Amino acid sequence: MTLDHREHLGEPIRTAVQTAAHPVHFAVNLPFDLAGYASERLASRSALIEENARLRDQHLLYEARLQRLDQLERENIRLQGLLGSAYEVEESVLIAELMRVDLDPYRHIIRVDKGSRHGVFAGQPVIDADGVMGQVDSVSRSSAVVRLITDPSHAVPVQVNRNGLRAIAFGGGNLRELDIPHLPNNADIEEGDLLVTSGLAGRFPRGYPVAEVISVERQPGESFARITASPLAQLDRSREMLLVRAREEREEGDLDDDTMEQLQSVEDLAREDDQR
Amino acid sequence: MTLALQRGGWIIFVSILVAYMLTVIPLPEWARLARPEWAALVLIYWCMAVPHRVGVVIAWLVGLGQDAVQSTLLGQHALAYAVVAYLVLRLHQRIRVYPLPQQALIVLLLLLLNNLIQAWISGLANQPVPGVAYWLPPLVGTLLWPWVFVIMRGVRRRFSVQ
Repeated sequence: MTLDHREHLGEPIRTAVQTAAHPVHFAVNLPFDLAGYASERLASRSALIEENARLRDQHLLYEARLQRLDQLERENIRLQGLLGSAYEVEESVLIAELMRVDLDPYRHIIRVDKGSRHGVFAGQPVIDADGVMGQVDSVSRSSAVVRLITDPSHAVPVQVNRNGLRAIAFGGGNLRELDIPHLPNNADIEEGDLLVTSGLAGRFPRGYPVAEVISVERQPGESFARITASPLAQLDRSREMLLVRAREEREEGDLDDDTMEQLQSVEDLAREDDQR
Repeated sequence: MTLALQRGGWIIFVSILVAYMLTVIPLPEWARLARPEWAALVLIYWCMAVPHRVGVVIAWLVGLGQDAVQSTLLGQHALAYAVVAYLVLRLHQRIRVYPLPQQALIVLLLLLLNNLIQAWISGLANQPVPGVAYWLPPLVGTLLWPWVFVIMRGVRRRFSVQ
């Protein structure tokens, strides 16, 4: 027990035991899966056509936005290259689905249906369409346990999107709130500020939205302001989530290749500019 | 092993599996905190009914399974269940002859002890100390005990587990 808690020496054992527990979760999840499958199969034709049209519109819209983003990204790479820092344009992601099982009610953990078989590893960041959800806590062969950012034992390094002010957002056991404790009274932070991951701890990639500041209490007698933020991700509603393969995971082996590639692309861009 | 299975060992196994499934089946938000520890209830029954079959070691394994199913700290439930099973083994001859309400009271004490041990372990592991609602599952478990007992007795007689 102590070993499991302190040193994570039991990691292989844990994985094995969790794998053994998978059939139980699978069995409980099965009726929900079947219900979802049935409702998909039995959906009416007109509803599907309508949904298809709506999705196509949305896709077009996003495509248009992406074009602008592409250009900004290229520009960003060039500038970052000039500054000499490494910058990953896009991370590869894996889509996982929530399993409908209840785990310990006193901790904010959920179980998803992708495991080490699919390349999931402990510590992998998890996001949904709106923001950061949490990180992978432990994996088994075909499922993984995700710890949400609101779990009392979770903290995520963030920065204010407006001015780059760095802070740490702690979970407090409430699905709607994150605490940001260690900011002084005179810190430049306001209600409505967007907090994004700062990438400082090396676990979460940089720049993903985490939360929005909902209250800032400055009490003259205290040295730190009391700041709370509400997570942007739909922590209790998202069925599908993205597991991000973070940058450093890939850098470990082929840092040089990555850097070379980046330099290459920067040179290419510069050449293009010259020709113009 | 085959002999053990012939005498209904598999029915003990299946009952524990069902208890695990009841442990993780989704419940509405208001009922989540009151979910009784099914595995503990089933385990107490088997320890009481067939103490020569289900002992401390089996209890420890069942607890380990519970840890895996709920992804709590490995060994948290295992330790608590082993202690509970030991007490049941010591007292099984007395508990068996008690009338159901009195039995339920003993089960309440056992479940409270189970929760206490687990709260103590989470405390040691620096997890947040749970609130008053933490003590709800033992009460619910106690209220459910007569039904669990009657159903399990029926199962035991039907499949003649000795």
